[in-house]
Amino acid sequence: MNNMDNLYRQVIMDHYKNPRNKGLIQDPSYKTIHIKNPTCGDDITVQSKVEDGIVKDVRHDGSGCSICCSSASVMSETVKGKSVQEASVVAENYLNMLANKPYDETVDLEEAIVYQGVRQFPARIKCASIAWKAFEGTLKESE
Amino acid sequence: MNPTTIRKDFPVLDDETLVYLDTAASSLKPRQVLDAMDEYYQKYGVNVHRGVYNLSYVATTKYEDARTTVSNFINAAFNEVVFTRGASSALNLVASSYGLNNVKAGDEIIVSELEHHSQVLPWQNVSRITGAKLIYVPLDEDGRITVDNFRSVLSDKTKVVALNYVSNVMGYVAPIKDIIRLAHEVGAIVSVDAAQAAPHMAIDVKDLDCDFLAFSGHKMCGPTGIGVLYGKRHLLEAMPPIEFGGDMNDNVDKFDASWKEAPYKFETGTPPIAEAIGLGRAIDYLQGIGLDAIHEHEVELRDYTVKRMKAMADIELYNPNAETGIISFNIIGVHPHDAITYFDGDNVCMRAGHHCAQLVVKWLDVPATLRASFYLYNTKEDCDKFLATLERAIAFFREVGF
Repeated sequence: MNNMDNLYRQVIMDHYKNPRNKGLIQDPSYKTIHIKNPTCGDDITVQSKVEDGIVKDVRHDGSGCSICCSSASVMSETVKGKSVQEASVVAENYLNMLANKPYDETVDLEEAIVYQGVRQFPARIKCASIAWKAFEGTLKESE
Repeated sequence: MNPTTIRKDFPVLDDETLVYLDTAASSLKPRQVLDAMDEYYQKYGVNVHRGVYNLSYVATTKYEDARTTVSNFINAAFNEVVFTRGASSALNLVASSYGLNNVKAGDEIIVSELEHHSQVLPWQNVSRITGAKLIYVPLDEDGRITVDNFRSVLSDKTKVVALNYVSNVMGYVAPIKDIIRLAHEVGAIVSVDAAQAAPHMAIDVKDLDCDFLAFSGHKMCGPTGIGVLYGKRHLLEAMPPIEFGGDMNDNVDKFDASWKEAPYKFETGTPPIAEAIGLGRAIDYLQGIGLDAIHEHEVELRDYTVKRMKAMADIELYNPNAETGIISFNIIGVHPHDAITYFDGDNVCMRAGHHCAQLVVKWLDVPATLRASFYLYNTKEDCDKFLATLERAIAFFREVGF
């Protein structure tokens, strides 16, 4: 019995094959964070541009497994256009959901909710986390 | 040897659905080893070399008996065997003690892209500190170290040769005996990483004539936290300790101190006593079955599996002709971490990633690889289960659109 079906069939393959907001921008108004997972080689760079308290743009680039790369794409679509405050709440709740910590289920994680399926593969939680952690890092830099 | 009987010795394999193919990272441990360690903790679990009472004498005797077992295992003298935390710390000891005190700017240190990080990084450090030059043996088209390629980088500037006996990614056996002979002709010393060799083949340090040789307990049915550094007696005698503290000293004054003889000057602090005893028992266990029989069994399983993998489309095999039980491969177009989760779902344990050997993964020009490795407790059934999962995995990834 193999449980990978549900996980991969949903949003993940779509974003893995057709990533949104991919490719970095050379522009000093973007904050950039690079995270690497040396055990598996996942390597993701995330950029965000904050203007008037709004996440105006999010970019990402890198290489890694499908969960890692697709989650970067889903993250970029989810947080783009939100206020910094809203985006931070979504990111925090998403990461708590993955880590099996208490989280506010009333917060709409939008498409990112499918990654709750990753929790049944504890060894992969990190893959689904690093793009979001990098995004949180860019918000910190924008403060 | 009969792997079906052998499996009964390994408690982790009580789970009959488990297919364990990650011995190259760490082997499973047999009950005999666990019992020997338990006996230490339950019957004489006290310190060694210190207590002047009977129980400590018993512990010391058992600890030193393990050293005798190790020295016989590799045909070394008793006092040429240093217990360490593992192969990594043994190889670091060679670099930090011998290397930093004998290598200088202008000298050359030969390593290869086939090395585990614990063999190449300590010498990178020595190179940075001393100004000695790090030289890489060019690998041949299969990724092997050859005698000819080794000869092409060897010179009278070579002071140290630090290479593996068996590659942990490619499973190749290096022509280490010829390399040692050639290195000695130019006056260089040779430090051998035998972490993937000691569990699978008989090693004779006198016959090899290596200067240093390191391996770990946990890859050969022993516990974690114990490893071995073999060093030629005169080299160990001349080397300074790199860790200072209890037990390693002889006379201590306010501004000066002297050290015990090797190996004890390299074993400060309370050593891993239970682990040394466990390693000794693991060696007895392996020798009871026979290293040659174990090696033959692994190669048989490997050949059986590789032959079937070659017949599958969509598999990229990186070491189709290796002579040990390691298979490195990828499913074409599928990141190894995606693949490994599929195997995990079927309770097939393998390694995915860099295998602590980024240089060879870069040499292969892939992001990472999958690695299956066999040992004495694996069976043809394990191979069949692995192959069936592999076939299903390929079909699955193709179907969802990889």
